[in-house]
Amino acid sequence: MTKDYSVELALVEGNPPLRELDEVISAPIDSRPSHKYHIALSITGSLLLIGAICVGLTFYYGIGMWGNNIPVAWAFGITNFVFWVGIGHAGTLISAILYLLRQHWRTGIARFAEAMTIFAVICAGLFPIIHVGRPWLAGYLIPYPNQHSIWPNFISPLVWDVFAVSTYLTVSLVFWYVGLIPDFATLRDRATNKIKKTIYSVFSLGWRHSNRHWVHYEKVYMILAGLATPLVLSVHTVVSWDFAAAILPGWHSTIFPPYFVAGAIFSGFAMVSTVLIFVRKVFDMEHIITLDHLEKMNKIILLTGSMVGYSYIIEWFMGWYSGSPFELFVTLNRAFGPYAWGYWIMISCNVFFPQLFWFKKIRRSIPATLIIVILVNVGMWFERFVIIASSLSRDFLPTSWHYFKPTLVDLGILFGSFGLFFTLILLFAKTLPVISITEIKGVIQGAQPTHGGEHES
Amino acid sequence: MNRNQNSLYGVAALFDSPDDILKAAKKVQADGYKKYDVNTPYPVHGMDSAMGFKASKMGYVTLFFGFAAAAFILGFMWWTLAVSYPLVIGGKPFFALPAFVPITFEFTVLLGVLSTVFGMIAVVFNLPFNNHPIHDTNYMRNVSSDKYGLVIEAEDPLFEQDKVVELLKSLGSKNIELVYNPEEEKYSIFQPKFLVFLGIIAVLTACSTYVTLNKFMYLPPFDFMLNQNKGVSQEESSFFYDKREMRTPVAGTVARGYIPYAYTGETDPKEVLSNPLLPTKKVLELGQKKFLTFCSPCHGNYADGKSRLMGQFPPGPTLHSQRIINFTDGQIYNVITNGFSIMPSYKRQITRDERWAIVNYIRVLQRAQNPKPSDFTEIKEINKESGKNVPN
Repeated sequence: MTKDYSVELALVEGNPPLRELDEVISAPIDSRPSHKYHIALSITGSLLLIGAICVGLTFYYGIGMWGNNIPVAWAFGITNFVFWVGIGHAGTLISAILYLLRQHWRTGIARFAEAMTIFAVICAGLFPIIHVGRPWLAGYLIPYPNQHSIWPNFISPLVWDVFAVSTYLTVSLVFWYVGLIPDFATLRDRATNKIKKTIYSVFSLGWRHSNRHWVHYEKVYMILAGLATPLVLSVHTVVSWDFAAAILPGWHSTIFPPYFVAGAIFSGFAMVSTVLIFVRKVFDMEHIITLDHLEKMNKIILLTGSMVGYSYIIEWFMGWYSGSPFELFVTLNRAFGPYAWGYWIMISCNVFFPQLFWFKKIRRSIPATLIIVILVNVGMWFERFVIIASSLSRDFLPTSWHYFKPTLVDLGILFGSFGLFFTLILLFAKTLPVISITEIKGVIQGAQPTHGGEHES
Repeated sequence: MNRNQNSLYGVAALFDSPDDILKAAKKVQADGYKKYDVNTPYPVHGMDSAMGFKASKMGYVTLFFGFAAAAFILGFMWWTLAVSYPLVIGGKPFFALPAFVPITFEFTVLLGVLSTVFGMIAVVFNLPFNNHPIHDTNYMRNVSSDKYGLVIEAEDPLFEQDKVVELLKSLGSKNIELVYNPEEEKYSIFQPKFLVFLGIIAVLTACSTYVTLNKFMYLPPFDFMLNQNKGVSQEESSFFYDKREMRTPVAGTVARGYIPYAYTGETDPKEVLSNPLLPTKKVLELGQKKFLTFCSPCHGNYADGKSRLMGQFPPGPTLHSQRIINFTDGQIYNVITNGFSIMPSYKRQITRDERWAIVNYIRVLQRAQNPKPSDFTEIKEINKESGKNVPN
């Protein structure tokens, strides 16, 4: 089949009329939840409850409920934190970087990816707070004039983390909300139910779709995208500094920032794919979130997966090239030591399986995509676990070497974080437009003037 | 929304395609109308120039607040880490600029974003504005979904209802609507409902604050500082054989810096130590400080027995009696060390040097109460030399 690449593919299949788009996108909001939805919500809710119980046990009895012990003082808590922050990166990448690069195909998936960013960062943000053990004392991380007249140590990567993650959450939330305002207005004008109308009126702020507003709105959206782009790259860079600024072999490495950012985008896209495959099916949005979208995301997964694989190779190279016996030991210990099982899960899931996306058949096959992206999620979780546990469990003093084993509470909190994430996703899918109504209308065929209009954007 | 049928807001017209609305906007702009607006479900390309807009200046808001945020947070980190509470961390300078970069960057982005969005929504757009006349009209419901609308306001100087309707019809609009202003709603802040609402909020806030601070914070796990799994002195122990949590030193233990005192327990030893300290300014100041802390509660600030505990406690005697003036320094030192009558020993509270300093200070007080004639002439001479008038 020959293809004319000079013509851009239709972003929405079938070119439906605008009013039909309204109806398709707001159908999940307007209809009552189905049995399937209730079943899904009860599963995620149960996971969330398990997590909540485990967190409660942790707060009541203390961090001793976890498997952490010296020297492995960071284990599941920080692994999960880095994992979830990484998941969050795809959203901003799709909504901001692809926006700046004029990738109009992003419109169909941007809203969902942004929502996932926010939920993932919420999951991530919980872990350092839980890890404190006395979560109400985490307030001391905020620089406020307190009775002790002491301030946070602004030159510590852990404090940078607080600023980076909270800024990221705030900016993502604002970015998301700014995109939602016109959609709330559309929903408000569709609503017949008085309560719904009131809620939408409040959130739409009385938006009028006025062109005197659009002119500033579009500019501000671009500015936000411009600010969010370096921000998204900075967040995982700062997270990687938590490790790279330490002197531990296996952590103390300059490749960490780009390696972490690539890994974050990799895992984030995998998670977006995982969720979207279900959403487009369940909500009959296959003509808006098309196979082309999934294929494009698979290409990005292939690219970032290769970057991650390259980083693994560089780690081996640095183990030898550094000339440090400790670095070499850690490198060998990762692959053949007590955590070798984790290492090889990581290598196979992150490096080997994504390479199957070189084949177009696999890229465009939904079952194959689903299996591979789930494996990528697993692999990326193990990547963080291997980095943290293998380095810490074999520190400079062989007498204190210790094999970390998670407790049931550790596992419960991990599953609970998935429960929280998917519960939020389900609630979001049923209460807010999962696709930007405004943006999708602007990119379908015939949406823009055929003549007389200068194409400015 | 109740509308006032006598007060026209404007004439609203719906168009079917982006081409039509673009043409209409250009025509209305060319006819010289100023107070009109175009409402479209999404931004239509070319509309900005059709309506004669210049490029949005929102970027300057971001720029200004971004730079302000960077300057503020850099100054703040410098002030906290180098001025307010200087700490050497990892041998870095107090003002460690490279280590300040990440937070400066994050804060710049944060404030840049928040100020831009807040400025756009609240200041430029004047939102929230749910009471705007075009809400809840057929016109609004259509432009929210799939139609393109243009509304010319009655306040425009060129506005004439018939002419405007004619113009919009000629531009191809099939649906023209007259939009009336809503009735003004009047709210009084002294409405009983609102006062009751305020009252409920106040009671809820007070109750929740009380419960949080006085009850909740004493429940586990928040009481982790209050109730710790450890022995507290003066309490009964279930572990030690003598049932005391407080551990006493092993027999024969010698405290650091301990020097035995030869006359322990003797109220009137035959021979005493001699004063090793000279009455220098430094010694006397130390003596004054310790005297005021430990001795003055009973003996009074001037050692005259007129103390603040008079009447509540057996008064300490004056130290200006001839008997005590005749005491040697070592005898006074012995009284402080061993105690006398109902006065307890102060050897645990006051170090040896401090005790000698107190003795010297007591001598100063005694001399001040019973000065010699030579003291007056000396003070006069000092006053003459220094030009100051030190009272006698």
